Amino acid sequence: MTERVAAPGGIHKTDVVIIGAGPIGLFAVFELGLLDLKSHLIDILDRPGGQCTELYPEKPIYDIPGLVEVTGQGLTDRLMDQIKPFGATLHVGQMAESLEKAGEGWRITTDAGTQIEARVVVVAAGGGSFTPKKPPIPGIESYENTSVFYAVRKMDRFRDKIVVIAGGGDSALDWALNLQPIAKRLVLVHHRDGFRAAPDSVNKMRALVAEGKMEFHVASIKSLRGAEGKLQGVVLNNKERGDYEIPGEMLLPFFGLTMKLGPVANFGINLHENLIPVDTSKFESNVPGLFAIGDINTYPGKLKLILSGFHEGALMAQQAFRYCRPNEKLRFQYTTSSSSLQKKLGVA
Amino acid sequence: MKLIVTDRTGNIHELDARDDWSAMEVIRDANLPLSAECGGACACATCHVYIDGAWSEKLPSAAQQEIDMLDFGVAVQDNSRLSCQIKMAPGLDGLKVTLAPESL
Repeated sequence: MTERVAAPGGIHKTDVVIIGAGPIGLFAVFELGLLDLKSHLIDILDRPGGQCTELYPEKPIYDIPGLVEVTGQGLTDRLMDQIKPFGATLHVGQMAESLEKAGEGWRITTDAGTQIEARVVVVAAGGGSFTPKKPPIPGIESYENTSVFYAVRKMDRFRDKIVVIAGGGDSALDWALNLQPIAKRLVLVHHRDGFRAAPDSVNKMRALVAEGKMEFHVASIKSLRGAEGKLQGVVLNNKERGDYEIPGEMLLPFFGLTMKLGPVANFGINLHENLIPVDTSKFESNVPGLFAIGDINTYPGKLKLILSGFHEGALMAQQAFRYCRPNEKLRFQYTTSSSSLQKKLGVA
Repeated sequence: MKLIVTDRTGNIHELDARDDWSAMEVIRDANLPLSAECGGACACATCHVYIDGAWSEKLPSAAQQEIDMLDFGVAVQDNSRLSCQIKMAPGLDGLKVTLAPESL
């Protein structure tokens, strides 16, 4: 078996839904799988790994027991290998948006319209869902989704418009290059004349600027001018010119991602400073059947370490089994000696 | 050794800093609102601070990785630094920083 990436939409039934496909959510699939429980994983990112792959894919981690050194991406790849026998279903690029009671269990609906029914829900959401950073420009909210966008879903929206892109990373440069041919005018604004984006994109951008096909300002955005959600001008500021306004109908700020708790806050679970208090024997929240493991939970002595999250997942799985298989006896076994576990792992 | 931090409401906090701790760790240890999401790996730009006045020149200059990561900071200025990359040392006793605005 292998993990399966599900198309958005549709209705699914399973034993356990895990919100967050970071290392802790992934290993939970393993612990649940040993107990014959099936899992679905939901993640807002388009690939598994969470912070490990989003923030530090190339950085080495030195405190995973038994692995002297492993990168964020390497750990994710190994966990994906380890959970292969259990055939979890992945719902990536989707945010768990709402939770409601469904019979004895729960129904989770994502922002892509996917519905998953499960007896048990496990929140393994780390620091929250990764969402685009929103620059603190006064009044920017009133232009969101009409003139200000943090992602490009339909390129056509930007056709024949004066498009201002802010930022210096790959998203900023890639979209500047992609939208330049269809925009009326493309203006890139960045606080320095240097970019973290790939050098090739930077070279292409500089060539377009030299040909007069793109405008580049070393400046910061100070304020926005417009009315009723329609942007007309962007006020920039730099040392040489002070405040000055340029025309702009669309603004795309690209400053990377930040973690926000998001809709989990509305799931009816007790929160303490945006963390979910749990008991340390089962890692269950105040709501029976709703669990929290990894960085998102809190309890006396909590350490935000990957290894703590692995332990939490193992204990969670025991209690999840009691909910999902109330008439079966829980049998504690070791993978080294149990032939039935080895069969599940495909090694017997 | 002191680290003097102005928070986003303008309140000034005089924190006891320890040699070899990063400014981010000192600020977080005092429970001031600094998300520092990646935990000090120079990978998120959410420990962004402004360096007050002449202190900018007294700090060791930023490595290229920090300069690049600041591209993901919001409201970056010439005196912007990532506090996880500032290592406290006796020469920085009294360093003054201001917490930069966060993503909305």
